[in-house]
Amino acid sequence: MPERAPSTLFSMTTRAMSAQMVRMNAATSNLANAGSVSTTDEGAYRPIRAVFATELDRASGLTGVTTSGLVRAETAPTRRHDPSHPLADKDGYVFEAPVDETAEMVEIMDASRQYQNLVQALQTAKQLMLETLRSQ
Amino acid sequence: MNERLFGIHGAALTLRSQRMGVIASNIANAATPGYKARDIDFNAALDARLAAGRGATRTNPDAGMVWRSPTMPSMDGNTVELNREQVAFAENAVAYSATLSFVQGKVSTITRALKGE
Repeated sequence: MPERAPSTLFSMTTRAMSAQMVRMNAATSNLANAGSVSTTDEGAYRPIRAVFATELDRASGLTGVTTSGLVRAETAPTRRHDPSHPLADKDGYVFEAPVDETAEMVEIMDASRQYQNLVQALQTAKQLMLETLRSQ
Repeated sequence: MNERLFGIHGAALTLRSQRMGVIASNIANAATPGYKARDIDFNAALDARLAAGRGATRTNPDAGMVWRSPTMPSMDGNTVELNREQVAFAENAVAYSATLSFVQGKVSTITRALKGE
């Protein structure tokens, strides 16, 4: 990882907001792929999840957050008997992506709530900093 | 010099801004598994800072840092509770404003004295 400048309140919040964005994008991709089918078990879509990790900046004492990666869920796809489907295998089965729409919606709501929270905190902090700067 | 001019308020303002960073870190890590929320015990931290200002032996920079104990522990080991962090952040922002206005008052007093108005 390249050497970064010491983290400030702004850079920390920016990175946390990006992390929430990644999380929201992952959940949205899962939702978009809900109901997609495949001929093989391996070919079916597996839901992805963002993994968050804490990063401590010793110089400023701030702890930010990064996405350390995306993982694919291990859930097995749903096997459905549908012989008329063009993607059905020789036994007449298709493999459906194991996406839990409700869980994904909750994930999106949670991410957007936390994003809002960060924006609010940033606004307050920015306002206080400006007030401090203006006083002479 | 700082302490003679601003009294307790100089140190208090620095501490308030530091606490803002700590609480913002908690808010940022609200979804990180295993993250332990922290806060600054303002009283203890201010005492330590003032003692350091008076030339006492170098005190621990982490004085007053406390771990937050969650009302209800969550499964992933994260101890951030957003509502509490929000309230703490708001309280800290108000206190910051108050301290800032004390500092501003001091500055304007000195300025007036210097100008001889």
